[in-house]
Amino acid sequence: MQALLHQVFSGLATGGIYASMALALVMIYRSTHHVNFAQGELAMFSTYLAWILLQTGFPYWVAFLVTLAVSFAIGVMIERLVVRPVENQPVLVVVIVFIGLLVIINSLAGWFFGYTPKVFPSPFADHAWYANTYLSSHEVGMIAVTLLLLVMIFSFFRFTSLGLAMRATAQNPLSSRLVGVRVGRMLAIGWGLAAVVGAVAGMMAAPVVYLDPNMMSGILLYAFAGALMGGIDNPWGAVMGGFIVGVLENLAGAYVVGTELKLSVALVIIVGVLVVRPLGMFGGRGASRV
Amino acid sequence: MTVILELRQVSAAYGLIPVLRSIDLVVGRGEITALLGANGAGKTTIMRAICQIMVKTTGEIRFAGERIDSKATEDIVRLGVAHVPDGRGTFVGLTVEENLRMGSYTRHDRDGVANDLVLVCEYFPRLRERWRQQAGTLSGGEQQMLAIARALMLRPKLLLLDEPSFGLAPIVVKDIFGILHAINKHEGISMLLVEQNARMALSIAARAYVIEIGEIVLAGSAAQIGAEEAVRRVYLGY
Repeated sequence: MQALLHQVFSGLATGGIYASMALALVMIYRSTHHVNFAQGELAMFSTYLAWILLQTGFPYWVAFLVTLAVSFAIGVMIERLVVRPVENQPVLVVVIVFIGLLVIINSLAGWFFGYTPKVFPSPFADHAWYANTYLSSHEVGMIAVTLLLLVMIFSFFRFTSLGLAMRATAQNPLSSRLVGVRVGRMLAIGWGLAAVVGAVAGMMAAPVVYLDPNMMSGILLYAFAGALMGGIDNPWGAVMGGFIVGVLENLAGAYVVGTELKLSVALVIIVGVLVVRPLGMFGGRGASRV
Repeated sequence: MTVILELRQVSAAYGLIPVLRSIDLVVGRGEITALLGANGAGKTTIMRAICQIMVKTTGEIRFAGERIDSKATEDIVRLGVAHVPDGRGTFVGLTVEENLRMGSYTRHDRDGVANDLVLVCEYFPRLRERWRQQAGTLSGGEQQMLAIARALMLRPKLLLLDEPSFGLAPIVVKDIFGILHAINKHEGISMLLVEQNARMALSIAARAYVIEIGEIVLAGSAAQIGAEEAVRRVYLGY
């Protein structure tokens, strides 16, 4: 029983990482209707930037905030330079561009920073009051940050006029132009914000999985499975999906398929969701007149 | 008659395919101007040319004296031109309320927006009933009303309406045209009304043009056009 609880709780902890990455995917999807396959690599790159700032001696929260600002700028730049030119191309072209971005960023990180894993500090004190037998203080902090991000993103899209404009732009760019929305700017901001969420996810994950260029590739897959399961356009769903995938991964790894095949659990989930219920558990059922 | 919109020798093409030829058209301030024609005559293309959507245009387009033929769509809209496109263009995934709020996106006067929300619900009471419903679940007539209401939320000087009667039951069409007439009278908003339904359009318009295969073939007051033999036979059926 103890062992099972351990698996569940540690699954929740890793699920928190998947959930934050899934939030970045949802962010981009809600504002552009694209799934960004390079999201994980962007997050990893941002985490390296934070690492450099920390090595240079900046305090953690300064490095954290500067990294967020720089990530926003990088996200906007990528949208302007890489995504904008292929905006109106068929979806397959866009997908290929994103995969290309994934490979390029991954290689750049390896080239600049080397492939030796680096240690990344956690901002949550080692034996804080909220640590317990099942979850370390960092894991608790990580889950808290994920939930905080969730609330912020949900509120942004639901209650702010910018969030509304971004949703409208993703659904119907032409009609958005007809009410005066600068569509290009909305897409750029969407990418910037997604990069920020990804950076937070990366900085939460790095203390646990150690910082190296391939840090995010497995995580992105799980995040994907989680986001799809919860509904790619729904932040609540994505977070729930992330946590569920985290727990399932651990349980399946411990009791069903063994640790080597853990990643296949994510793949099975992805295929299963797309076949049985593509909208995910909480995905919006869009209405269109027949 | 002061002029709010003027097209001077406007030609338009989709890529290499020419669609409009040397169009001269004028919309008077505070008036409803109708643009009649059959399918494929180029009516929607004229609307798109004014808003610079999807077509390449040559010639001059002036809105309130200012040239708009090389501006981006969103900038033309911000000058005061509201376009209700063919097919309504509602945000089907957003609620009625969110659609209307998108209409007022560029405005910064909170009180004005709140007043206008009340005003459009007076013109279209059905929208109040459906306030939190997803726009995609509304009937065709209600979506048309929503599209017009959203355009009104911009507080435009000029309203472009592309076939508002399309696919709607006659009684709904009568309703909507009555409301358009009232809006024009009480708010003073100039309108360019593109229609296949000539009879309804001429009943509320002050002036009218007839377009055939990309060219203006008739122009005059609504009464004149309505009386014109050719128009009567082809569009009004008698």
